[in-house]
Amino acid sequence: MKLNALEGYLQEVRVFDNPKVHYEQYPTSAHLAARIVYTAANSYDDIEDKLVADLGCGCGMLGIAAFLMGAGHVTGLDIDADALGIAQANISKFEVPMDLVRSDITHPNPVDQDATASLIANEALLRRLSKTVDTVVMNPPFGTKPGNKGIDMAFLRAALTLATTAVYSLHKSSTRDYIRAKAKSWGATGQVLAELRFDVPQMYKFHKKKSVDIQVDLWRFQQDSC
Amino acid sequence: MLQCHVKGCNDPSLSFPLQLKDVELEQVETEQNDDLLANLLQKIDWNALQMTATELGLASLPETIPDDPDSDEAFMIKLHEVLMEMNITQGKMECRGCGHVYPIKDGIPNMLLAEHEI
Repeated sequence: MKLNALEGYLQEVRVFDNPKVHYEQYPTSAHLAARIVYTAANSYDDIEDKLVADLGCGCGMLGIAAFLMGAGHVTGLDIDADALGIAQANISKFEVPMDLVRSDITHPNPVDQDATASLIANEALLRRLSKTVDTVVMNPPFGTKPGNKGIDMAFLRAALTLATTAVYSLHKSSTRDYIRAKAKSWGATGQVLAELRFDVPQMYKFHKKKSVDIQVDLWRFQQDSC
Repeated sequence: MLQCHVKGCNDPSLSFPLQLKDVELEQVETEQNDDLLANLLQKIDWNALQMTATELGLASLPETIPDDPDSDEAFMIKLHEVLMEMNITQGKMECRGCGHVYPIKDGIPNMLLAEHEI
């Protein structure tokens, strides 16, 4: 499938009705999703006939994109029932056999004091999921809201545990060096494939501007042992 | 793929697989992809799948994976049916260890726990 055609289909994916700020629910645009999955499929052969997972799948945009590019099976995980309901409607509409699970892959870091509360990956939960998929594609929460600190790294940790081959993820460009070092400490090597502008439309009351572009990196990670 | 993760429930022989109860099943026909099934076979816990399929009264899967599964046509057809075509639309999953119940609603299992259970 051509990139433009993929983006065209993805524009039919329904997004959040009432996005929840505490979950940092910013929809992945059709434009971005198409580029992420198209690259994974055509430059690295990480999608076609592969087992794919989407962590924090929201309305299912990336998972549906993966199906359109020939993924063998996709599992979407999210914490929010409303988002999963929309994802389910999208899945029916596109007639793709994506499985959804309502789950929380993070928990509060037990070593933290309240003032520095942050989230880490739930390792006990992840142990059984270890190496159960080929590829993870995700647009994780960036961890910029109070109480969500560290959630982007918790998602990356989870993704690296699940995937045998590769992880595709979006992270704020301002955290690039930190992410590279953190991935390395987990035995993975990350490569920035592209710098993208993540267009955050005015969705929440606290947004003063009509829309804001955030500079984000599209990363591809793989385990060093691969 | 889903196991009990209630705090204190960590007997691995009981917390996985969860026991499916009161399930409503639907079968959605899809195209069989043998390469994908072979890939899945390397990643799933066969005993758990076999046990769950038997409990649900689905197509009987053998207790062990055949030596040369790719060339066993009947086996691959069954596997495709159980793994790719059977959807659980409603029901619950119960932990064999602590008895915690995870509901499945509209095809989506809910693995979230209350705060005191984490």
